[in-house]
Amino acid sequence: MRRLTLRTVALGYLALILLGPLSVVFWRAFEKGFGPAWNAVTTPEALHAFQLTLVIAAIAVPANTIFGVLCALLIVRHPFPGKGLLNALVDLPLALSPVVVGFALFLLYGRTGWFGSWLSGHGIQVLFALPSMILATAFVSIPFVVREVVPVLREIGTDQEQAAETLGASQWQTFRRVTFPAIRWAVAYGVVLTTARSLGEYGAVSVVSGRLAGQTETATLYVSDRYENFDIVGAYAASVVLALMAIVVLLTMNLLRPKEGVH
Amino acid sequence: MSPFSGLTLGIVVTYLSLIVALPLAALVWQSTKSGDTGFWQSLTSPEAVAALKLTLLASLAVALVNAIAGTVIAWVLIRDEFPGKGVVNALIDLPFALPTIVAGLTMLALYGPRSPVGIDVAYTRTAIVLALLFVTLPFVVRTVQPVLQELDRELEEAAESLGASDWQTFSRVVFPNLLPGILSGVALAFAKAVGEFGSVVIITGNIPFKTEVSSVYIFGQIQSGNTSGAAAASVVLLAISFGVLLLIGAFRRWATRHHA
Repeated sequence: MRRLTLRTVALGYLALILLGPLSVVFWRAFEKGFGPAWNAVTTPEALHAFQLTLVIAAIAVPANTIFGVLCALLIVRHPFPGKGLLNALVDLPLALSPVVVGFALFLLYGRTGWFGSWLSGHGIQVLFALPSMILATAFVSIPFVVREVVPVLREIGTDQEQAAETLGASQWQTFRRVTFPAIRWAVAYGVVLTTARSLGEYGAVSVVSGRLAGQTETATLYVSDRYENFDIVGAYAASVVLALMAIVVLLTMNLLRPKEGVH
Repeated sequence: MSPFSGLTLGIVVTYLSLIVALPLAALVWQSTKSGDTGFWQSLTSPEAVAALKLTLLASLAVALVNAIAGTVIAWVLIRDEFPGKGVVNALIDLPFALPTIVAGLTMLALYGPRSPVGIDVAYTRTAIVLALLFVTLPFVVRTVQPVLQELDRELEEAAESLGASDWQTFSRVVFPNLLPGILSGVALAFAKAVGEFGSVVIITGNIPFKTEVSSVYIFGQIQSGNTSGAAAASVVLLAISFGVLLLIGAFRRWATRHHA
């Protein structure tokens, strides 16, 4: 009886907060049939927005992955003074408003910013262009690979790595043959989380991008642009595409999750 | 330190400085440029104070709801069996994977002007809380779940065989073990709620003194060129984020002591 009550409360809450709203989005997008929805997400502006989102992710995710693995190795294997500060800075994007992130980049690369005047003097456009959008996306998605890899590195210990080194393996060989195979599922899971966060970024890029339709508009900015222009079908259709991408991410997360802890 | 780890340190520190530390330093520096009085004036402008108050109150409410709902959901996912449980479990992460702007539109679709069920809370404070509940759903569930999974059921059975009621078993045996996990999850949910932008920006209507939260206030100040106002409010949010992360660190240490 009590079990049933709790189940009802839990599922009821999820229906109200999650499933209900989401199904209405799908319904709204296809309200006028499949045709208008399809047309709305295949306009040149929409296609450009999705392409831009993918380009940004294609740069930010690999950069954060390499950083994440190196940073985790450093935190676990080579403690150094200032480790606490490093940890705090890596975690900060989890707790910081994306608008603040965008504004910080805006100040650094703006006309009067530390880097802004030098860059504009050399004809390099960072703000309101692709570079600042990549920087913003890299900022918000920096924690995930680090946070997934650190606990696994702690768990596997250093016995095998030391054995490899004793047997004459170079540090690179040890990493490639011993360490990496042990952490690869954690890296993969971290990459999935990083990708999800990159594709969905909105607040920080909306500050730094300038939101020029067809130029610096990502998929999420396109959704809000359509909504603000009262193109409800367009906004919901693009939302559905993003929701489908989120579901793919979700399925990948579930495929990878059972492999966590199996080493 | 070997050459390999020296190089690693160099790469990590350079990348982190470029992506995270330097922009934040520029932000803090900007907030000091207007001097103590200028900073204080921006900080205490009535609109900024109203936005911050609303942000903190809404986030607190959302954190509390999450503490209860998140724990119940985690309990049901671990201890209960029903068809479709795997799907429900997978769906918990959806708010993380879904772009926040889509989350906002999602809430508006069911609870907005064209609501199919006749509930319209758009441009009210209720809408802010609903949007924040959506985006913070995974945090408590995902921090409590693993603890509950590893919890020794024999303890509970012992308590029950000694005549404890269900409620006594929960409050005296289960709850103390879950508490560090619940608190970490609640703290993360709170931090996420304080900084949330995409999901609230559409649904709130951004009415100053009524439905304008801090992140939306900052966005407005940037758009209208009030850099010092935006910087002051940003530094406050930055300080809150650091504070919450310190708290979470403390909860984690407490949890490991608890297990030892």
